[in-house]
Amino acid sequence: MTTIKRAKGFWLSISLSLIFFAIVQVLIGGGSLNPFYQNTLMFIGINIILAASLHLIIGITGQFSIGHAGFLAVGAYASAVMTMKLNMPFTVALIVGGLAAAIAGLIIGIPSLRLKGDYLAIATLGFGEIVRIVLLNIDYVGGASGMQVSHLTTWPWVFASVLVTIIVIRNFTSSTHGRACISIREDETAADSMGINTTYYKVVAFAIGAFFAGIAGALYAHNFYIIQPSNFGFLKSFDILILVVLGGLGSLSGAVLAAVLLTVVTTFLQDYPETRMIIYSLVLIVMMLYRPQGLMGTKEITSMFKRKGGSSHGNKNTAA
Amino acid sequence: MELIQQLINGVSLGSIYALIALGYTMVYGIVKLINFAHGDVFMVGSFVGFYSITVLDLSFVPALLIAMSVCALFGVLIERIAYKPLRNATRIAALITAIGVSLLIEYGFIYVRGAQPEAYPNDVLPTDKFDIFGVSVNSQSILIFGVAVVLMIILQIIVHKTKIGKAMRAVSFDADAAKLMGINVNNTISATFAIGSALAGAAGVIFGIYYIKIEPLMGVLPGLKAFVAAVLGGIGIIPGAMVGGLLLGVIEALVSAAGYSLWRDAVAFVVLILILIFMPQGLFGKNKKEKV
Repeated sequence: MTTIKRAKGFWLSISLSLIFFAIVQVLIGGGSLNPFYQNTLMFIGINIILAASLHLIIGITGQFSIGHAGFLAVGAYASAVMTMKLNMPFTVALIVGGLAAAIAGLIIGIPSLRLKGDYLAIATLGFGEIVRIVLLNIDYVGGASGMQVSHLTTWPWVFASVLVTIIVIRNFTSSTHGRACISIREDETAADSMGINTTYYKVVAFAIGAFFAGIAGALYAHNFYIIQPSNFGFLKSFDILILVVLGGLGSLSGAVLAAVLLTVVTTFLQDYPETRMIIYSLVLIVMMLYRPQGLMGTKEITSMFKRKGGSSHGNKNTAA
Repeated sequence: MELIQQLINGVSLGSIYALIALGYTMVYGIVKLINFAHGDVFMVGSFVGFYSITVLDLSFVPALLIAMSVCALFGVLIERIAYKPLRNATRIAALITAIGVSLLIEYGFIYVRGAQPEAYPNDVLPTDKFDIFGVSVNSQSILIFGVAVVLMIILQIIVHKTKIGKAMRAVSFDADAAKLMGINVNNTISATFAIGSALAGAAGVIFGIYYIKIEPLMGVLPGLKAFVAAVLGGIGIIPGAMVGGLLLGVIEALVSAAGYSLWRDAVAFVVLILILIFMPQGLFGKNKKEKV
């Protein structure tokens, strides 16, 4: 019974989002959406992918990673090398970007996921910095002056990537593997003693999160004309972190909502970068003081529409 | 001889790291919080020192003392406003707050003052060069090292010989038991923040004199590296932070000397990841077993 209901909700959200896609596509085609709004839309999409991928690592698996910009950078550079140096089509670049970031996720994940809490946070932060400095020193990708990238990111690409990201992460979360990850978040020692291979699941979540961050990186690179190592410093990691924290640690729809909200805010504050950072930092502090669980907590937006009895099933299983 | 020259540079840089790392390690030892804002306290100290030297026309020692006291006050303020309400919150919430405070100080400072860098006047300390066995040594680096050593000795005396030091050690060992013994835990934590921040402020002034250029975002990288130094020596252990800082400074100088100066910043983080994987308790730490 619940399966049918859930499937119904699933197809409903898919068709709603496809309708949204079609409307925007028509608006872009008809020229009534000017480049500024189009660009904002792309950014919203990229940020949704980033927020969702970090949500899997922090919100679901409970591994506090603050080096997400590192994976973004790996994806961006790998895809840019594919299209600009090797003349591959954008599809290949997108997948290679994701895979390269996933491999980076494995490389950093396997050793450092033995660490916990604060130490993991610092290790991932260090990893992000190492990626930036390595890119800075490779002449093949332009060093500090960066790399020219042609503009290939279009609305259908962004939309398809967002959709795939959300479906995969939502389904992963509600699968056996996702439940294992949630149990790690709740209590790692208990999960361990229940026979869950915690290291394996942490690394899997890390790699999947990194994969989608890499996809976001590919889209980001091909939306920007130029990529430089300085775009991927730890401030970028904090930009992604705040999406997850604001949305609620453990809520996919919260992360998506925060991504939309903050991208719009960022666009309006483009000319005042200091003000933007002050607002961001105040949001972080005030949030932790008064509502540490974030806007949505671990709830999903769809569970608000359900009656109380049914919500216990849908709590963590529904996509926005 | 080139090598010894680089070693001396490394020790000067390392003593700055060590001073910052002490604050990290003391705060972590007592409240188990990575105080991300510590690097920004260092930046504030550097600017306070700069303004006392240029605007108030003071010499090195008064400027150092003013920077230290302003930073001590600032550190206590940060602790009271941002961290104290979160004492019983999750570690992650505290960490996110610390990141928020750090960003707020950096960009609040830029908002108020502007992002333009400043240059320390270069006549604060005498800059004679003299030769010791064929190695030319700058008198500045000796003075800097001397100041750092004096501050560390004072810190050791405070921690081991005074009442507040005893209270700090007690709270760091077991906060609840310390409270039952009549120790004012809140005041002790504030005192720890004050002392740690004062040391960061001193490091800021020294940094400015040694490297001349200061700017509002200067605290980020030294802050992170000082944290690496604290982890290297064993977090929560005061002598560990000193040794870790000096060691990190020397490693960086050696990497620069080997011709990889562009990779210098990465080295600190590689050291961090290696130490976390192979020796998470640090050089001086004891291995702790996890209890359920």
